[in-house]
Amino acid sequence: MEKLIIFLPLLAAIISGFFGGIIGNKASQIITSLFVSLSALLSIYIFYNVIINGYADNIIITKWITSGLLDVNWSIKIDQLSSVMLVVVTLVSAIVHVYSIGYMSHDPHQPRFMSYLSLFTFAMLVLVTSDNFLQLFFGWEGVGLCSYFLIGFWFKKPTANAAAIKAFIVNRVGDFGFALGIFLVFYIFGSVNYEEVFNQVALFKDNNLNFLGLELNAINLICFLLFIGAMGKSAQIFLHTWLPDAMEGPTPVSALIHAATMVTAGVFLVVRCSPIYEYSPVVLNFITVIGMSTALFAATVALVQNDIKKIIAYSTCSQLGYMFFATGVGAYNVAMFHLFTHAFFKALLFLGAGSVIHSFHDEQDINKMGGVYKHLPYTYVLMMIGTLALTGFPFLSGFYSKDLIIEFAYLKNNTVGYYACGIGIFTAVLTSIYSWRLMFKTFHGEYNNKSQPISSMHESPMMMLVPLVILAIGSVLVGFFFKDLFMGYGSFSNFWEGSIFFLQPLTTDHPPGYILYLTPILVTISIPFSFYIFLKNKSFIEGLTNSNKPIYLFLKNKWYFDELYEVLFVKSSKFLGKYFWKKIDGLVIDRFGPDGLSNLFKYFSIKASKFQSGFIYQYAFVMLIGFSIILTIIIVN
Amino acid sequence: MNFPILSSLIILPTIGALFILFGRSSSKYNAAKYISLFVSLANFILSLYLWYLFDKANSGFQFVEERIWLEGFINYKVGIDGISILFIILTTFITPLCIISVNSTIKNRLKDFLVAILFMETMMIGVFCSLDLVIFYLFFEAGLIPMFLIIGIWGGERRVYSAFKFFLYTLLGSVLMLIAIITIYWMTGTTDVIELYQIGIDAKYQDLLWLAFFSSFAVKTPMWPVHTWLPDAHVEAPTAGSVLLAAILLKMAGYGFIRFSVGLFPVASEYFVPLVFGLSLIAIVYTSLVALMQEDMKKLIAYSSVAHMGFVTMGIFTMTPQGIEGSIFQMISHGIISAALFLCVGVVYERMHTREINKYGGIVSVMPRYAVVFMIFTLGSLGLPGTTGFIGEFLILLGTFKVNFLVATIASLGVILGAAYMLWLYKRVVFGEIKNTEVNKLVDLKRSEMIILSVLAFVSILFGFYPDPLLSTTSASVQGLIDLFNININISTASNL
Repeated sequence: MEKLIIFLPLLAAIISGFFGGIIGNKASQIITSLFVSLSALLSIYIFYNVIINGYADNIIITKWITSGLLDVNWSIKIDQLSSVMLVVVTLVSAIVHVYSIGYMSHDPHQPRFMSYLSLFTFAMLVLVTSDNFLQLFFGWEGVGLCSYFLIGFWFKKPTANAAAIKAFIVNRVGDFGFALGIFLVFYIFGSVNYEEVFNQVALFKDNNLNFLGLELNAINLICFLLFIGAMGKSAQIFLHTWLPDAMEGPTPVSALIHAATMVTAGVFLVVRCSPIYEYSPVVLNFITVIGMSTALFAATVALVQNDIKKIIAYSTCSQLGYMFFATGVGAYNVAMFHLFTHAFFKALLFLGAGSVIHSFHDEQDINKMGGVYKHLPYTYVLMMIGTLALTGFPFLSGFYSKDLIIEFAYLKNNTVGYYACGIGIFTAVLTSIYSWRLMFKTFHGEYNNKSQPISSMHESPMMMLVPLVILAIGSVLVGFFFKDLFMGYGSFSNFWEGSIFFLQPLTTDHPPGYILYLTPILVTISIPFSFYIFLKNKSFIEGLTNSNKPIYLFLKNKWYFDELYEVLFVKSSKFLGKYFWKKIDGLVIDRFGPDGLSNLFKYFSIKASKFQSGFIYQYAFVMLIGFSIILTIIIVN
Repeated sequence: MNFPILSSLIILPTIGALFILFGRSSSKYNAAKYISLFVSLANFILSLYLWYLFDKANSGFQFVEERIWLEGFINYKVGIDGISILFIILTTFITPLCIISVNSTIKNRLKDFLVAILFMETMMIGVFCSLDLVIFYLFFEAGLIPMFLIIGIWGGERRVYSAFKFFLYTLLGSVLMLIAIITIYWMTGTTDVIELYQIGIDAKYQDLLWLAFFSSFAVKTPMWPVHTWLPDAHVEAPTAGSVLLAAILLKMAGYGFIRFSVGLFPVASEYFVPLVFGLSLIAIVYTSLVALMQEDMKKLIAYSSVAHMGFVTMGIFTMTPQGIEGSIFQMISHGIISAALFLCVGVVYERMHTREINKYGGIVSVMPRYAVVFMIFTLGSLGLPGTTGFIGEFLILLGTFKVNFLVATIASLGVILGAAYMLWLYKRVVFGEIKNTEVNKLVDLKRSEMIILSVLAFVSILFGFYPDPLLSTTSASVQGLIDLFNININISTASNL
């Protein structure tokens, strides 16, 4: 059955990819959606089985690489962690598949699109069910590849192509760290299989090694390098630049890959490696810092963006930051909880945004929308639910998971923890403001689109709305229903045992009451506040931006990361490449190497050939000179 | 002795070539084509049979044949182990594909071209199974002649310059190797590789001998800074020539490093590790950057070959099982993938008569099937897991990491650059709007092109997911080589104490 879960999407991808032209659009849509839905149902069954019966298994499919001590298998590992991921991946994927049928209905390449979606699902499943680092890496690059394909799906758009390449390369930078991490794991533990590695961590916790001239603790270094990989995939600050650009892809892709599943792979990696990370408090603190910086940074940028998808993209970035700082303070299960709830409401928001974009005929600028809530009633309500859940409005799913993260940050009881807690609360407020800005500007106020009459606005087809409804139900309920499971309350107290490792059991204390109530209160207050500044009194915002132009531009231009990287990496690589090619290869090696050599020979042979002039008197003269020199030498001696 | 299977493999293509050469020259070339295709396929099947018979658990040489040649001095001796057999199969696998591809690319003197290819196959197989230094040298050098002719006769505009550059470079190194071989003979009284493995060469003389061999292999690999002949040779060579050059000819040097540099001169190999690592790193990073800026498709792939071979040389001199197995794997993988990439370039070159990247763009709209196969090889080249490219690079880096963190870290940067130049190439050629109206006239892959490229794609994906048949073939012999190496190093350090 586990094999079915993994291979059904692959089969769907192959059928739709290679035979899509033959079987037609309808058939490939039905096949891919059906297969992935089947896979989702089976995953839910497995998840149920894991919860109720404590089911766990590790199925070896076949061996992959054997070389010296290295021994790696293709495997399917089912435990609590992977079963949670299975559900998230297959469920959101199935929903997105169905939604895409409606969304992509006018596209000339539908089978190809469906095939990529299914292929992505397969790669993601391979990633989460791996029992070793290498298969994880396979899935890791595989999802990156599918993301590349899907971002660049509209291959005629230059921006889409550029974004696709950017996504791949930035991810490769992360993978560079990740790969080094895997090498180091193998170097230290002599294996890349989780079980063998995790069992030995405690033995090696004091091992030092000399890395690039620095004396470092091996475990710290492993954790750090693996985290670089996670930063790339989960778009954390410094390696986040690809995610907003990735919005060039079709919207269902953004929902599936760039919100619910692929970008959470980094969080999954850290949680999966909790047995190693637990021995590296230094790196955990580092993760907390990176996580909270990302959360804050992305939220500030989201405040001033005008592209509806980019706002949600930065919001994703920011929420991933939350997940990371949850892992950083050691609350891995809380990170997983937020990952779980986030998948629902963020996919909902993206698909809702897709529905809006669909109605506006591919317009994404929120300044060119507004006042359409009556025309798009379902989309409006559904996105409202998503927004409430995201901002952590009481009793919706985001409320439980986000507040727990803030609580655990506080309970960490150290400086980093307190900082994280403070920034977590502040970012929650920002989240609420930018989310409501999006809602108000899109649906309320005046209709601002000049190119399309408001009467042309129409609600999306059922095919797109039904998936949204499912996600909306999830966004409302999963927080409440799965809180006990993820937190290990009550009868689930040992749920995570065997897949998440806590060096010290997670604290059961509660932070002081004001921390508990602060976030929901602030978040709720910010709704009327946003309503006021974005709708009622627009001059306030204008005044604010005009008086703080530099800050506004700084945020608007995303802290100038792209510009900096352009100069630092892209331009300099191109310059070096050109320099090496033209100057060193051309002017040094060739000039003094083969060309120089042949010129040298040519030079001497021309000289030598001059001796053979054919004039007898010249030869006689040379003979005479030579004869007299020899004679002189003999006489002198 | 049983059926002389190795000698048959060596001689069969030549017999075919002679048939074509002396056969009745008809105005139609079909006979020559079918003979060559038949012979090369037969050879391929024979090599598969050899692989089937091959004992993977045995680390020594198998199928050894020995015949007296120059009485008392030099014998004709051939045999294979787990290191060489894969190269033989690679050769016999690529040659028929080349012959099929020739169909459409070579317009004049097709018969002679086929003779050259078959003759080259003989030489290559000879290189990979010779167990005598002199025999090896003969095959090694004779293999250059057909290549020289292929570039010089069927090449592009600057073919004469390229052919001479190619010859000048490669010959210069070879002369030194010949001197070294003669020296070895005078020192030990034999040129038999198996015997030399056993008696060993005096550590005092290893350094110079190593350098002499190195100069020959480094040129052919090619390593930085003696790599500049390769881009020129590729650019001027016809498609089939490029394929043979990239897929097989370059591998002779990598094979030579493993068999002779490491095998015969372990002490010197150990001593020169920093040199090799340094040059390999430069090759990886430097040529990747250069590849990024190329405007000619073939040059770009040629430079990427230099970078990939940089991984190979680095992996060999790690002296770890992963490093050496990875290097062998990387060579096989590069043989498949670079061959395919050159074929891909050939496909569009033949239709548009230009290799300039800027002249293309948007061809996915007119050649969707081509776009798919080209994508597969692009991914293979950038080392995506699931293709053979990944396994080789990964094992090499894993092995290197064990030996030297810094080297492995810098080399890993090459993986990022590899993704950059390949994807950028792909984007500029395949994606985007059609700007050049000529592109509209392109037709998608013909059946013969489709067959060749699908076969290559299938193989590179198959062994990406299931590399075990290849890895298990090499592992025993590689381990044997490393054991031999360690014993020698221990002896030499003990004698120094």
